[in-house]
Amino acid sequence: MGLGAYVAVSAALFALGLVAILARRNVIYILMGIEMILNAANINFVAFNRFGTMQLDGQMFAIFTIILAAAEAAVALAIVLNVFNLFDSVKPSEADLLRE
Amino acid sequence: MSLAFDPAVDFALLLAVLAIPLAGYTLQIFLRRKLPHGDKLLTAGMFVVMCLTVYFGAKGLHAAYSGERFFHHSSEAGLEFGWLYTAGTVPDSMNIVMGVLYDPLGAAMLAVVGIVSFCVHLFSIGYMHGDKRYPIFFANISLFTFAMLGLVLADNLLVLFIFWELMGAMSYLLIGHFSHDPSQPFFHRWATWASKKAFLTTRIGDVCLFIGIFMLWDHFHTLRFTELWEHARLAVVENGGAFPAWMTWAGLFVFGGTVGKSAQFPLHIWLPDAMAGPTPVSAMIHAATMVAAGVFLLGRMYPLLSPEVLSVVTMVGATTALFAATMGLVVYDLKAVLAYSTISQLGFMVAGVGLGGVVAGMFHMTTHAFFKACLFLSAGSVIHGCHHVQDMRVMGGLRKKMPITFACMLICTLAIAGVPFFAGFFSKDRIIQAAFLRVLDSRHFDGWSLYALIALSVAAALTAFYMFRLIFLTFYGEYRGNLEHHRFSESLARTGYEGPDPHEHAEPVVAIADHGHGHGEHGAHGHHEDAHHGHHAQPQVAHAAAPAHVAHAVHAHAEHGAHDAHGHEPHESPRVITIALAILALLGVFGGHFWLFEPHKVLHAHPWFEQLVTPASMYGEEVAHWMAPEPTGHELEHHEHLLHQSHNLALIVSSAVALLGIGLAFLFYIVRPDVPGRIVAALGQVYTVVRRKYYIDEFIDATVLRANWALTRLLKWLDENVVDGLVKLVARLNKLGGSFAAWFDKTFVDGAVNAVALASQVFGAAFRLVQTGRIQQYAAFAMGGALLTAAWLILA
Repeated sequence: MGLGAYVAVSAALFALGLVAILARRNVIYILMGIEMILNAANINFVAFNRFGTMQLDGQMFAIFTIILAAAEAAVALAIVLNVFNLFDSVKPSEADLLRE
Repeated sequence: MSLAFDPAVDFALLLAVLAIPLAGYTLQIFLRRKLPHGDKLLTAGMFVVMCLTVYFGAKGLHAAYSGERFFHHSSEAGLEFGWLYTAGTVPDSMNIVMGVLYDPLGAAMLAVVGIVSFCVHLFSIGYMHGDKRYPIFFANISLFTFAMLGLVLADNLLVLFIFWELMGAMSYLLIGHFSHDPSQPFFHRWATWASKKAFLTTRIGDVCLFIGIFMLWDHFHTLRFTELWEHARLAVVENGGAFPAWMTWAGLFVFGGTVGKSAQFPLHIWLPDAMAGPTPVSAMIHAATMVAAGVFLLGRMYPLLSPEVLSVVTMVGATTALFAATMGLVVYDLKAVLAYSTISQLGFMVAGVGLGGVVAGMFHMTTHAFFKACLFLSAGSVIHGCHHVQDMRVMGGLRKKMPITFACMLICTLAIAGVPFFAGFFSKDRIIQAAFLRVLDSRHFDGWSLYALIALSVAAALTAFYMFRLIFLTFYGEYRGNLEHHRFSESLARTGYEGPDPHEHAEPVVAIADHGHGHGEHGAHGHHEDAHHGHHAQPQVAHAAAPAHVAHAVHAHAEHGAHDAHGHEPHESPRVITIALAILALLGVFGGHFWLFEPHKVLHAHPWFEQLVTPASMYGEEVAHWMAPEPTGHELEHHEHLLHQSHNLALIVSSAVALLGIGLAFLFYIVRPDVPGRIVAALGQVYTVVRRKYYIDEFIDATVLRANWALTRLLKWLDENVVDGLVKLVARLNKLGGSFAAWFDKTFVDGAVNAVALASQVFGAAFRLVQTGRIQQYAAFAMGGALLTAAWLILA
């Protein structure tokens, strides 16, 4: 298995995440999509590190990304709770105050 | 407290003497609404100050009688500070080091100021009661005292000058006390005018003094008195025993300060008008402060005055003494008589200094402070008792109605007249002795000394005459305040007080009728409101407790006309007033010599003042010896002979002229009251000239003021045409430039701004279309963009 396999998995994961973000009507799914995209990026980091000439830079970035994802999930869930309190809904199409 | 000198304690106490009036002023100004008894508080503070100053005077006397050197500077207690550097003793030609000087002359003056100021405070509680600006009055009079105390304690000329100016400012405020009372149009205008006159007239002298200070600084680089005396001595010794020419000029300029402050000819014109202020203020200005400051300055600066300057001093002093006395003969206002007597007595002091009798001059300043304060306060008591009448023509017979006031005033009149055994006798006798010393000694004889001797003797006789004229007119005969107007005129004709109608002429400079005459007119009608009925029947203390009627009497008297034509009997003043009078009258008797306690010494021993203050104790042995070398051998004998001779002659002359003056006054105003009228008729024009104060006010009006007006008009013209023209030209140019800038601004700058705004508007409208607020749409846009970018990258 070469680099291509890893990249393919990563690309698939990315595409799934993107679809979840763009097409889903529930904000929880959108969050899950974001997590998938972040993980796709993680796979790329680790794979390119493995097949490249770097030392442990990719892994380091991956760990950072995981921490970032955890933090982002905490913040995002808090936002979701507030959005729900405000709009009585978790549908992103109804929270359109950004237009103002 | 012991009488031995302790620098640390004594200088702290001296600072307390300064601090108490200042603190009183500050408290009274800032907290007068929260302090209902501020007046009593300030008077109590002044009592402490009086005790302290008397203690310091006693300390000086103790040292003098026990033969110790008594001359202290606050550097002994580490108290001194620099003008530019905090470390007081930095040797630098720009640094003026200041401290407190505590010497015999200062100790004597301090006690005088303390006593008089306390009496004035006490008196004011009774006299000013109910005045609209009563708390402010007390505050100001405290600061006035502070200024004089500071001036006495100053150890250098600059500090002295600072307090000197503070005193000028305070006298301005106090003379103009009634100028803030618009309910009294007459007082209002006159007080405003008089305060300005006093301030501006003394200013001329102050500028002279300041120039003198500059000259001394320029040559000596110090202003401390002790150093100035020493430098003067060295400068003269270096110059071969003669004073350098510049010192004569500097001395004349310094003397100019005295001429202004001590009301010497020709700058005396402010003092008679200073009586526009309340009577206690007059007592303060005429006795212990203000005019005394000028004489005090002469005492401090005496070693720096060259013989030429002293000749001028003698001339000015003797002239002032004589010609003010003649003016005192013809005025009818009670306070005006006292004002002219002050000018005359100041002339005595100044002439005494000029004749070489610096101790005699200072001595007369001390005794004069006591009896003149008493005379003014007694006059205030009479005015108070007569319900604010000041014209002697409507007084008379007050002896029985105001016995205490009469007794005090009589004592002090005897003192000022120079009757033996009263305070004024001892000091005036010394001044005349100084004149005799100069005249009899062939080495010092000059024309001015002879002139001074004659002028002073005549002035002494005139003083006795007009002071007893005042006593006889005010306290003897019948009370004339109750008479109807026509009867009043008759009684005047009968007693011979006929002169030109005082209402004929307006006051020079501004058109205000002479204050005293205005009073006479109103006084003739007897002007008292109904609220006053019955008050004088009550005990004296009750009088002080009835504020409204006094206030009304102060402010409303000119408004009362003939409709209220029932005169009230004069009455004795409240006790606070009579106590103040009694203290000062006591000093009018014993202020010159404690003769009751040492009767065997009266004729031959030195009075207390001469024990305390001698040239050696004032200026130090060295300077004193330089000024007047000790005679030796044959000269000593000659000198003692001269002393003896002049002493006897002065004794005879001064007693004789005093008794002559009193006798003449008795003859003219008691025995033959028709004589003065005839004399006036015989004198004719001469009388008018004196009555109109020698036209000096008119002269100054015509010369100085006219010239000033002309200069002002010229400057106004220059200002309007030249300066304003330039300003207008600049303004017009500016306007032109401004209109161009405005056009440019509107067209180009605003155009650019508007264009930017329009562009934003257009772009905004376009972008609004994609701004839906749906995040998923935004994500889709982002994705699309990313794909397009990727596609472009791949295809390119």
